[in-house]
Amino acid sequence: MEKLAELARIELSEEEKKGLLSDMDSILGYIKQIEEVKINEEKTLDSIINVWREDKIEPREFSRELIVGQFSDTQDGFLKVKKIL
Amino acid sequence: MIDLKNLTIEKAQESLSSGKFSCRELAEEYLKVIEEKNPELNAYLEVYDDVLLQADEAQKKFQDGTATALTGIPFAIKDNILFQGHIVSAGSKMLENYTASYSATVVKDLKAVGAILLGRTNMDEFAMGSSTQTSAYGVTKNPLDLSRVPGGSSGGSAAVLAGGLALAALGTETCGSVREPAAFCGLVGLKPTYGAISRQGIIAMGNSLDQVAPFGKCVRDAEIIFNLLARHDREDSTSVPENLRNPKSKKQKSKKIGVPWHLFKEGVETGVQENFKQSLEKLKKAGYEIVDLELPYSKYSLAAYYIIMPAEVSTNLSRFDGMRYGYSATGKNLLEVYMKSRGQGFGREARRRILLGTYVLSHGYYDAFYKKALLVREKIKEEIVLAFEKVDYILTPTVPVTAFKLGEKLDDPVAMYLCDIFSAPANLSGVPSLAMPSGMSKEGLPFSIQFMAPHFCEHLLFEVGKKFETM
Repeated sequence: MEKLAELARIELSEEEKKGLLSDMDSILGYIKQIEEVKINEEKTLDSIINVWREDKIEPREFSRELIVGQFSDTQDGFLKVKKIL
Repeated sequence: MIDLKNLTIEKAQESLSSGKFSCRELAEEYLKVIEEKNPELNAYLEVYDDVLLQADEAQKKFQDGTATALTGIPFAIKDNILFQGHIVSAGSKMLENYTASYSATVVKDLKAVGAILLGRTNMDEFAMGSSTQTSAYGVTKNPLDLSRVPGGSSGGSAAVLAGGLALAALGTETCGSVREPAAFCGLVGLKPTYGAISRQGIIAMGNSLDQVAPFGKCVRDAEIIFNLLARHDREDSTSVPENLRNPKSKKQKSKKIGVPWHLFKEGVETGVQENFKQSLEKLKKAGYEIVDLELPYSKYSLAAYYIIMPAEVSTNLSRFDGMRYGYSATGKNLLEVYMKSRGQGFGREARRRILLGTYVLSHGYYDAFYKKALLVREKIKEEIVLAFEKVDYILTPTVPVTAFKLGEKLDDPVAMYLCDIFSAPANLSGVPSLAMPSGMSKEGLPFSIQFMAPHFCEHLLFEVGKKFETM
């Protein structure tokens, strides 16, 4: 659970970790039934296709203020974050 | 006084056209009901402050002759549909103060015809739940019985429509999130074909499943909304181009209904089972042929769904990092800001599903869970498409139970997930499905049945639905 929480970047309390462990047991217990499905052919998933578009610049209507206004911290109109390196 | 209880979209349209009442008068009636009932129901999270202005704008369309089927019709929209300049929170603390920087295509389409947007409705957080109890903004009550849940995740939209706080409502479905609340509130809910209605501007949960879905007080209402919103949208890469929308089934008479009995041998309330049998009898009397259907892979629909959906959730919700928008906690370094923002911003069910998705996608489990689920999903899709070569419709109960009590199932995630067991096949295979009322229980709670039809055969669903309404 700690490893998953670290991978998912979610801080959990000790109490919640315990609760989640038992939740996971029952959920995994349910979804494990797909193990019993026998599928012979390893068919590729051909109904799933990528949809591409030309990389052309098109004018868009948007409000810079609305977007920048959501930032948790800004400096000179840029998004400001904690030091990365 | 306008008779809101028996009002439908068409009736309202007639009255607006003939001048029996104006757009403003209609909107005012709804605002009055909202004021009276919403504090108890907690169905709207916000009622917009420009409703009457919108009504006056709509009225102009009646004057200049450009009014269409939805002009002046008061709508409610689920809190995960973006409306530029307005708060859209997806029922989460994470987006408590998020203001949409653009509008969803469905909102633009509704605004273009002069529909009136009354407000945004409560929902399970990020659409994760079947009872609207996981919202960060409190539970919504079922207007038919205030001690019960309205279903979910689009429970707010269902409650406002059933309670007379709107004339039409939009929700979204990932797995039953419109059909299940429609069933609990005695409404019609349509899950359209995957790719029929644009979901540009919808806060994503599971992209391979998410769909915008209308509620209606009757089948015709859902049909009118669908007909406006179903169109190709270049802004949504999963939106299907018009030339690929031709339904395969061109049959004139659609009279054959397949029933996959083996899917609900157990786990279905006796009352629901009995009501379903009565519904079959009605259909038989009306000349429909009922045949038994075997769908061996569909039995695993919900299990496959609870792998695919969390996987997509864990990916989608990674964008909420406390930086560009949404809840942001303070921390010593970047990692701590991420961990705290996400730990505090997401509610319990969202955290649970992100972690589950992280698990099924992680090295060592990917093949056993995620890849296997994708293969099972292909098989489900294949068998449903094949079934439609033999039958015109597939029919099941919408939900195995009727509306349950507030507080129930919250501590047992699997019991909650099982509410959507009959929803999953349509969502996984992408076929359309219509849930509609089929009677009332002794306790006065609605029963519901759901029809499925081949891809892009919504017209067949409306046809059988309207007939069933008269039986």
